[in-house]
Amino acid sequence: MARAVPPARKALTTALAWAVGLLLFFPILWTVLTSFKPEPVAVASPPVFLDFDWTLRNYQDVQRQRDYFDYFQNSVILSLGSTILALLIAIPAAWSMAFVPGRRTKDLLMWMLSTKMMPAVGVLVPIYLILKWLDDMITRRTGIDVGLDSHVALLVILTLINLPIVIWMLYTYFREIPGEILEAARMDGATLRDEILWILTPMALPGIASTFLLNVILAWNEAFWTINLTVTDAAPLSKFITGFSSPQGLFYAKLSAASTLAIAPILVLGWFSQRQLVRGLTFGAVK
Amino acid sequence: MATQASRAAARAMLSPAVVLLLIWMIVPLAMTLWFSFQRYNLLYPDRAGFIGFGNYINFVATSGFWEAIVNTLLLVGGVLAITVIGGILIALLIDQPIWGQGPVRILVISPFFIMPPVAALIWKNMFMNPSNGLFAEAARFLGLPPFDFLGQAPLASIVLIVAWQWLPFATLILLTALQSLDSERMEAAEMDGAGPFARFWFIALPHLARAITVVILIQTIFLLGIFGEILVTTNGGPGNASTTLTYLVYKEALLDFDAGTAAAGGVVAVILANIVALFLMRAIGRNLDA
Repeated sequence: MARAVPPARKALTTALAWAVGLLLFFPILWTVLTSFKPEPVAVASPPVFLDFDWTLRNYQDVQRQRDYFDYFQNSVILSLGSTILALLIAIPAAWSMAFVPGRRTKDLLMWMLSTKMMPAVGVLVPIYLILKWLDDMITRRTGIDVGLDSHVALLVILTLINLPIVIWMLYTYFREIPGEILEAARMDGATLRDEILWILTPMALPGIASTFLLNVILAWNEAFWTINLTVTDAAPLSKFITGFSSPQGLFYAKLSAASTLAIAPILVLGWFSQRQLVRGLTFGAVK
Repeated sequence: MATQASRAAARAMLSPAVVLLLIWMIVPLAMTLWFSFQRYNLLYPDRAGFIGFGNYINFVATSGFWEAIVNTLLLVGGVLAITVIGGILIALLIDQPIWGQGPVRILVISPFFIMPPVAALIWKNMFMNPSNGLFAEAARFLGLPPFDFLGQAPLASIVLIVAWQWLPFATLILLTALQSLDSERMEAAEMDGAGPFARFWFIALPHLARAITVVILIQTIFLLGIFGEILVTTNGGPGNASTTLTYLVYKEALLDFDAGTAAAGGVVAVILANIVALFLMRAIGRNLDA
């Protein structure tokens, strides 16, 4: 039962909560607003909030000068591709750990988690050298780009760094599916394939969908490997945005347009996945 | 009961993930260890050879090594302090009966979804810039001299930016934990005359203890690897004022091309992260049994 709260108090906490929320959201709001301003208005003093000539010019400029869509395309390829790859590897693994647990399952899960704790800089040198070597050995000879600044290399790396989280999330979801249903199906003569296709998959679909969503967000926002290992061909939006790190004359409005373009798709996805976020990022420790 | 056949199938389904993660963990780490004992500069690949702990000595002697360690601890500690305390306060606030809890949650959580370099560039240019930033405007409005945040207080400014990104995470997790708190216990305590502060201190806070631990440990793992924010704001400067361990290794490897010393730095970073990981694994492992 909810307690009755005096309306005056509720109004006060409501106002306070909204103030905090708006304060935290303000940088994003300000960026989106600025992206529609003409450049001189973007740096006007005192600042202009809403009363200006709204324009889409910055978006056009960003596309024309920096080929936004190339980077956007790479972000989509890398985040969706690595997520799908990770799911393909993780679904069978999580399924087997959840439904046919062995004595070592727990140790195995903990070990998988531990691979996530390895700091990226710890392996930057070898990864860089391996990719350089692949460039010499394969890319130069066959023309198939698998080394530095290639989609293949980035896809593999992004898949591997998020694989532990994907397995863990799926595992926590799969574990909630009652095993009795599977046993009943087995009694009725269902094969392993039937079990997975017709019973498990429909029940696991919501969990898989949330895992997919969270992992796309994580892969989209990844900014260590994507920045250090790409130049142009495979460069996603994280690389695109670092191109704006040194100021070039009047550029706030263009920077804002570029920023808005880089964050908008993922922000919307994120709003839909807040619940799963808690579960995924705490490895099921907080639900 | 699982049959022999299904056990074999389970093992087959598990092995690709295990093998891939095993390779991903062992190969690069072994190579890092190996390089850390080799003289190896990417510009002079022929001048290679075993040099024992030379790279480690080099790395520790690098101007800015100790500064980087201190900066790393300050960055992690500062962000943790802000996000945990701020997160508890905001979670308590949103957990109250309010109008529009859903929209407020969305507003609060949003910064977490912003790509790190984007967040850093927005703050650097539109807020902290000493001539055109909104903070400078505010200072001018109040008649104060504008403050060059990233020039005068680079590390503190980066702490602020990173804290803005991680405050939503802490808030969301603490809020989730708070909502699982049995409201009857709260009401019983209230009936017994416990004030709001006592209720927080003796009931809510112990209930949150585990969630707080998880927040601290997970954030530490991610915060030790902070990179994009530093790259686009200060480049580790001025001097080494905002260089962290991660950034120092990056500088050695990709700016100075000294693969050997960078590898030694990488090993140091791995050891540091492992100490933290040990505690995190224990906290999460305990939950698996429950």
